[in-house]
Amino acid sequence: MKFIDEYRDGNAARQYADAVRRIITRPWTLMEVCGGQTHAIVKFGIDELLPKEVTLVHGPGCPVCVTPLEQIDKALLVSSWPGVIFTSFGDMLRVPGSHTDLLTKKAGGADVRIVYSPLDALKIARDNPGKQVVFFAVGFETTAPANAMAVFQAAQEGLENFSILVSHVLVPPAMEAILGAKGNLVQGFLAAGHVCTVMGYTEYEPLAAKYQVPIVVTGFEPLDILQGVYMAVKQLEEGRHEVENQYARAVRRDGNLPAQHVIKEVFEVVPRKWRGVGEIPHSGLGLREAYRNFDAEIRFGLGDMHVDEPPECLSGLVMQGRLKPNECPAFGSMCTPEHPLGATMVSSEGACAAYYRYRRIAVEQDSVRS
Amino acid sequence: MSTPTTPAFSCPVPVSRHEHVLLGHGGGGQMTQLLLEQIFLPAFSNAALDARHDGAALLIGGLRLAFSTDSYVVKPMFFPGGNIGTLAVNGTVNDLAMCGARPQFLSTGFIIEEGLPIETLRQVVASMQLAAAAAGVQLVTGDTKVVDRGKGDGLYVNTAGIGIIEAANPIAPSSVRSGDVILLSGDIGRHGMAVMAAREGLAFESEIESDCAPVAAPVLNLIEAGLDVHCLRDLTRGGLASALVEIAETSRLHLGIEDALIAVREDVRGACEILGLDPLYVANEGRFVVFVPEAEAELALEVLSAHAVSANAMAIGRVTQDPRGLVTLKSLIGVTRIVDRLSGEQLPRIC
Repeated sequence: MKFIDEYRDGNAARQYADAVRRIITRPWTLMEVCGGQTHAIVKFGIDELLPKEVTLVHGPGCPVCVTPLEQIDKALLVSSWPGVIFTSFGDMLRVPGSHTDLLTKKAGGADVRIVYSPLDALKIARDNPGKQVVFFAVGFETTAPANAMAVFQAAQEGLENFSILVSHVLVPPAMEAILGAKGNLVQGFLAAGHVCTVMGYTEYEPLAAKYQVPIVVTGFEPLDILQGVYMAVKQLEEGRHEVENQYARAVRRDGNLPAQHVIKEVFEVVPRKWRGVGEIPHSGLGLREAYRNFDAEIRFGLGDMHVDEPPECLSGLVMQGRLKPNECPAFGSMCTPEHPLGATMVSSEGACAAYYRYRRIAVEQDSVRS
Repeated sequence: MSTPTTPAFSCPVPVSRHEHVLLGHGGGGQMTQLLLEQIFLPAFSNAALDARHDGAALLIGGLRLAFSTDSYVVKPMFFPGGNIGTLAVNGTVNDLAMCGARPQFLSTGFIIEEGLPIETLRQVVASMQLAAAAAGVQLVTGDTKVVDRGKGDGLYVNTAGIGIIEAANPIAPSSVRSGDVILLSGDIGRHGMAVMAAREGLAFESEIESDCAPVAAPVLNLIEAGLDVHCLRDLTRGGLASALVEIAETSRLHLGIEDALIAVREDVRGACEILGLDPLYVANEGRFVVFVPEAEAELALEVLSAHAVSANAMAIGRVTQDPRGLVTLKSLIGVTRIVDRLSGEQLPRIC
């Protein structure tokens, strides 16, 4: 398949891994930021090809995983309101709040619907003037433009029965929080390619300079990731710390300007709590004053809510690269995809779920080559 | 890697955390498995059921019969490549074929929602008749119920069927042996993506049509050719991965497959990539796997490739002893990993 097969070629993958092996002289720890990259690494076994000097730790870039418990509880609350149609991307439905999840609410009679785009939610609002339609606006800079566009269009049309429950987060502040934390292990980043298609990578330049870490904007296919690792290791070995772009086929330095424009029109930067990590300043998006009447928290008076995480769940450490999923004492015993303690075990992009699915048991690497 | 934790066997999860049935309980994954193991199997346990095959193998008056049933609730009722009627006939015909049986007679039950256009019912029934004729079966008994408007999705169809088992040896997961080769009858993922695209109004570059088709003819040919078929399984709900996981668990053997050998049509792969779905778990309605001894694999492929429905059959892996009860997949870049059952349904991801 065009633009996929070329990036999954086994021989080329081994060549890239060998290239890393040739230039590496000491151990380095790299973090891939995005959950999509984590999933690809574990699914294809990319880390198994790399020399043992390279440690890949998994970053906070799974939108489902970082959405704080109180936002999920708010979603559950508003989905039970009479006359509400609650719309969401599919993988948020399984994430447990304090007591239940949206799939269970749906089974109990709540009108919860999976949509593929916030614009589909807008259409549901147009088609159901007697109902209140709420869209769960989660995700990073990648989903922000479409979510902003939905609000922008709703405002243009004067649609009064549409609102969004916002839990948007931004990548660069999270990377800075990881770099600035005591005991940080991360020496280089593979930045999230899709986020950069929207935002470009100028935001990373001050980070690379301040913390002296290489940041390589990286795609999601095996060869993308291997090339990203090669570029980051090369910089580390040469004592450089620059922002480089591995994903040049999709990312430009300035990103997608019309997309950024609609984000700025509708959203402003706000402090945001990250599940398992805590509040990070300037790390989220909230609706601007002019669009505040589309804020579901205000419309439904959801107000302040504070919920504690289960103490057994160490997903915060996993998302900061301090702990590998299989090093968590609850992994695979108290915490499984059927009974998750934290969102990292729920989402298909969550590091714990990826390890559970593909690495619950160590597999002999030659078992199918008989 | 310091992982080893035993899979769910040693530490059964309680009837999970759910007090009500969720849609995921019907997804063919781990949640469905829990319903089976904790509710149905303990209640009905008997030798035929406990074999956990696509249909029951029964001995009645010296005659070996296969008996199977399935209900169809597909939404939308009509999709590219078929409709609820063709699905209902082919689904049960294929379940019987997976027992090594020649399908003979079907029953059908219609649960119709008040207000369904008679013309729609006529079209569904006409397609059922065509599908039955193509598969060489007769619909010999049936039932009709009408429910209040709003209490059903237009139309639900149930079929049950019986057939005479022609295979000499039992075809079941327990007959799988170390050294067997795993054959896959064609490309995977088409039915699931065709229905999803039609249901959600997703427009892809080309229209994906379902692979819905009867597969009894190639299966019976395998048996007529004297091949020692150890196990057959059609890859419906839960897809190739779920079928193999179940066979690995039941046989307590290791099934090793290779990603590079599994065909997925380009448009299906594209649609799966966009939605974040894994074709290994997407439903098929005309695909099956065959387990045969290695010495017979080549002849089996020859037989399969003579039929349009299995013209592109391929060997995708083999059975070994260890690691017991597991399916592993060699990825495109040559690294081996576990293939697991999904928890509930595959949900499209955020970005």
